[in-house]
Amino acid sequence: MDIPEAAVWAIYFAPIISFLVIVAALRRQPELAGRISILAIFIAWLLAVWTLVVAIDHEGEALAFAPHHWMSIFDFDVEIGLRIDGLSAMMVFVVTSISLLVQIYSTGYMHGDHGYPRFFAFMSLFTAAMLGLVMNHSLLMLFVHWELVGLTSYLLIGFWFHRPSAAAAAKKAFIVTRFGDFGFMLAVVLIWTKTGTFDIAEINEMAHETLSAAVLTGFTLGLLSGAAGKSAQFPLHFWLPDAMEGPTPVSSIVHSATMVAAGVYLLARFFPTVEAAPAEVHTVIAYVGGFTAIFAASMGIVATDIKRVLAYSTISQLGYMVMAIGLGGYVAAVFHLFTHAFFKSLLFQGAGSVSHATNTFEMPLMGGLKKFMPVTFWTFVIGSLSLSGVFPLAGFWSKDEILLDAWKHDKFLWVIGTVVAFMTALYMFRAIFMTFFGEYRGGAAPEPGHGGHGEEDVHATPAGHEPATETSDAHGGDHGWLAHPHESPRSMLLPLVVLAIPAIVAGFVAPSSFFGEFVEGALNPELREFHFHADIMVVTFSTLSALAGIGVAAALYYTRKPNPTDIQYAIAPVHRLVSHLYYWNELAEDVIVRGILYRGIGRAAAAFDKYVVDGAVNGVATVTRIAGDVFRRSETGQLQAYTSAYIVGVVFAAGALFVLAGGLLDRVMP
Amino acid sequence: MLSAFLVVPLIGAIVSMLLPAEQARNARVVALVFSGIACALSVAIFVGFDPDTAGYQFVQRFDWISEDVTGFAIQYTVGVDGISAPMVILLGILTVVAVLVSWNIDVKPKQYFAWLLFLETAVAGVFISLDLIQFFLFWELELLPMFMLISQWGSGRRLYSATKFLVYTLAGSAFMLLGFLVIGFQAGTFDMAELAENPVTDAVIPLGIVFWAITLAFLVKLPVFPVHTWLPDAHTDAPTAVSVMLAGVLLKMGGYGLLRISLSLLPEQAQDFKVVLAGLAGFSVIWGAVITLRQTDLKRLVAYSSVSHMGYVLLGASAMTPVGLSGAALQMFTHGTITGLLFVMVGVVYERTHTREIAKMSGLMHHMPIAGVVFMIAGLASLGLPSMSGFVAELTTFLGSLQAHPAATIAAIFGVVLSAGYILWTVQRVFHGPPDPAWAHLEDAKTWPELVAMGVLVVAIMAVGIYPPILTDAIQSGIAPIAAIVGSVA
Repeated sequence: MDIPEAAVWAIYFAPIISFLVIVAALRRQPELAGRISILAIFIAWLLAVWTLVVAIDHEGEALAFAPHHWMSIFDFDVEIGLRIDGLSAMMVFVVTSISLLVQIYSTGYMHGDHGYPRFFAFMSLFTAAMLGLVMNHSLLMLFVHWELVGLTSYLLIGFWFHRPSAAAAAKKAFIVTRFGDFGFMLAVVLIWTKTGTFDIAEINEMAHETLSAAVLTGFTLGLLSGAAGKSAQFPLHFWLPDAMEGPTPVSSIVHSATMVAAGVYLLARFFPTVEAAPAEVHTVIAYVGGFTAIFAASMGIVATDIKRVLAYSTISQLGYMVMAIGLGGYVAAVFHLFTHAFFKSLLFQGAGSVSHATNTFEMPLMGGLKKFMPVTFWTFVIGSLSLSGVFPLAGFWSKDEILLDAWKHDKFLWVIGTVVAFMTALYMFRAIFMTFFGEYRGGAAPEPGHGGHGEEDVHATPAGHEPATETSDAHGGDHGWLAHPHESPRSMLLPLVVLAIPAIVAGFVAPSSFFGEFVEGALNPELREFHFHADIMVVTFSTLSALAGIGVAAALYYTRKPNPTDIQYAIAPVHRLVSHLYYWNELAEDVIVRGILYRGIGRAAAAFDKYVVDGAVNGVATVTRIAGDVFRRSETGQLQAYTSAYIVGVVFAAGALFVLAGGLLDRVMP
Repeated sequence: MLSAFLVVPLIGAIVSMLLPAEQARNARVVALVFSGIACALSVAIFVGFDPDTAGYQFVQRFDWISEDVTGFAIQYTVGVDGISAPMVILLGILTVVAVLVSWNIDVKPKQYFAWLLFLETAVAGVFISLDLIQFFLFWELELLPMFMLISQWGSGRRLYSATKFLVYTLAGSAFMLLGFLVIGFQAGTFDMAELAENPVTDAVIPLGIVFWAITLAFLVKLPVFPVHTWLPDAHTDAPTAVSVMLAGVLLKMGGYGLLRISLSLLPEQAQDFKVVLAGLAGFSVIWGAVITLRQTDLKRLVAYSSVSHMGYVLLGASAMTPVGLSGAALQMFTHGTITGLLFVMVGVVYERTHTREIAKMSGLMHHMPIAGVVFMIAGLASLGLPSMSGFVAELTTFLGSLQAHPAATIAAIFGVVLSAGYILWTVQRVFHGPPDPAWAHLEDAKTWPELVAMGVLVVAIMAVGIYPPILTDAIQSGIAPIAAIVGSVA
């Protein structure tokens, strides 16, 4: 069974065309813009399913598509071609699926926003960039789309750019990931310098044959740097929580299945190369991931904003995946990437649904929503159970694969991984108990607020643009925010229910080894070694820690014995440290960027430029000025005078030139 | 055709001056017509240029000062190759843009547009001259219109800035002339093509000194640290159109001179000093970028970013590999369009807000969405976003230079991170944020001269970014002989 190349390219071009159509013609027709965008992604999804079926038929081996010549400058050749194998076919399927569901969800969530067409235009462009990232056969085109993903996520996170916090968050996301891309770009340039090619398959081949350990180390660390930026790994993790300033559907796609997954995808794509790098590099990768996993989970436990809980959770889960890559667990990492995409997208959409009803993301203002929003509640619970790794949901299988790899290779990381499993269940069920159980605590008033991270102003004021024109009572009265939170519209519930299915069943492909063998088709044959097996020790510990997490959450936040506030006071310094995110933002932004770079180096350099470099010149100029005073009278302001003086000057210069020339000539050629 | 390209703007300048006083406002129409014709010629030259043919094309020559009189010939020789052809079309396009953004000039418009067109002729002469003396004359000729435009139509400390520009360039070119004379007399010719084929190997003055005498002028023009401080002043006080010309084409004269003269005529000396050049380049990229971060004046910010981005040209040139040299040539063109557009946008904003203080602006996107979007496009191109031309040029430069100069290349790549910093921070401060009632009266950039000026440059940036061969095929053909010359003495 085969698929024409044009059909695969159409997956990529469908959302690009929808972007162009919306920008060119549909800026004033929101309804139509949304429909065009969804239609385009639906077509892409159908083609993605076709591609996936064909790829499965080929057992994950790369389909034969010849690349096309694009440009060349001497040895620098650029070819554009497809790489469809188990890994990329799976990613294409996941990206189109999530994008489709998120866009359907957005028709409800973004309803009435004045930037509605712009939102769908950006969404289409983002999807296209992400598809380009996973489909291309060359490192260069991967990098190109990697940057375009960065751009479009900047546009989406800063979608409500009138809000200073959103504008700042967008900028931060771009610049911090760009910082990681510094290493990535260096890796791209380095590998081309050493191999003369960008072809991913060729590089993976050469990694085992011709490349030196030093090159492999440099290249792999460069990739890790890029991955740490995009996948929010320590120390570049701190852009992601701020990125929650974007509309929630954005978080649901950008921070579940796509942009943040790109870093892990990159490491997986180059897994044979990473594997060939020295063992120390593997250790670095594994520990960056492991540390990030536990570090982010700790912040998830104290966050009070439901979306931020999910943000830390995402960072933590990505840490799992990076750790798995470092431990040689290619299949485990990719598998977790796959399952995580569904349940995390589900959870973000659930959080959006909750805020749609309560007008806030602050969990202390929620409570008791179970009875108002049953669909949201049950799907959220399913997502949480899956994320916590409770048998037999999707997250259980994939997380267990990672823990098993850790158990086999590094017991310390296994301990960390198991503790993270406990923490994951704790923060997720803390969120559930705070949000859905107990008494409803009233939500937030609908008037445009500026303090929180919520999206209240835009929902309260469809105009969004001029929040000052809308007063609170008009809207608040209509919707009865305070008294009766309501379930979300059907367009938002449908994706929730649909996503709940893979959150439950996506893991069942594991025991058959089908998934593992499929995605291993992307690797060099000698690296394929996956066999599904479960270790009862590992399973027992991870399940127990997940259940313990749920239990502790129930005790603290459902029965409130002991009262969490007491504990918070008891460990006040620790709590302060963690809830201030370990002061990492302050260190990075205030100390390093503003303090050292801007005030320190920047000011010193600017002063040096002004006083030393320019001062020297002006010193010379002062001497000249005295002479200039003498000639000042010639400045009559009349162009004729200047021009005649100029002509005289040219004549004089030409004459001088000949005298000089003659003199030189005599010396050189007597 | 090349001579026509050279003369048409000059005729336009004369026509503009001859306009009767009551017709002074129509000088802009005259300027648009003549720069338009020149632009059409430049397009025809670029399209007619055949990348598969070696050597100079569209050559025209006659003896200006014949050999009988002096023992050597000074010729009028013009021609283009794959390096100058992109410069010619860049000049053609940017002059039209400069005329369009000057549409509302009402102070002495006859003189203003005459000088602007005269400037085009002078710069064109630099890019198409194939004789060293002729090159030098045009190089000097360009100073006069620049000095006049900045000092007469500028703002702020315009006379100081214009004089500074003049003094810097003159100081550099004095040594350059000396270098040319030494080379010319040694070889018995001033013909660049001949000199490139048989590089001089010995002279009355050590060639290393000659190399620096010539190269200094080009480094000033680029500019690189520490001879760059004339640039921010000149830009800040110049009228918008002059900034566009200055950043767009005048700086390129430096890069062009490096490739055409320093590297081609003195390849051995260039090889000897390439580490110094690369060091200056890497340092300039970082230095310029860090200082850019500190700027509070929108125009000065863009000006300093030029110091950083022109460092890539020097880096590519100092790599002396085919790919690196191509990167330098590409960066010259792309920086011209991108920074040209940035200056256009600064002008658009300044014309409406009457301030360039970033701190005073906020939320302009609400009132000027077209200007905001175009500014963002220019900014993203400037920070090297793929699909726009800046990325192609930067990547090519890095690919070509990593092997030769690892440290400088790493510094330059880090400059890309800093670019993202200052560009996005600027966008955030100027265009994002809540709408500011103080700016609610601002009109968007919707007049036709503005739309055409922005549109042309956006198309140029995107077209080269998405399908680089429209430019790279020509550049490759121009770089190949230079790469062979410098490569043969490595």
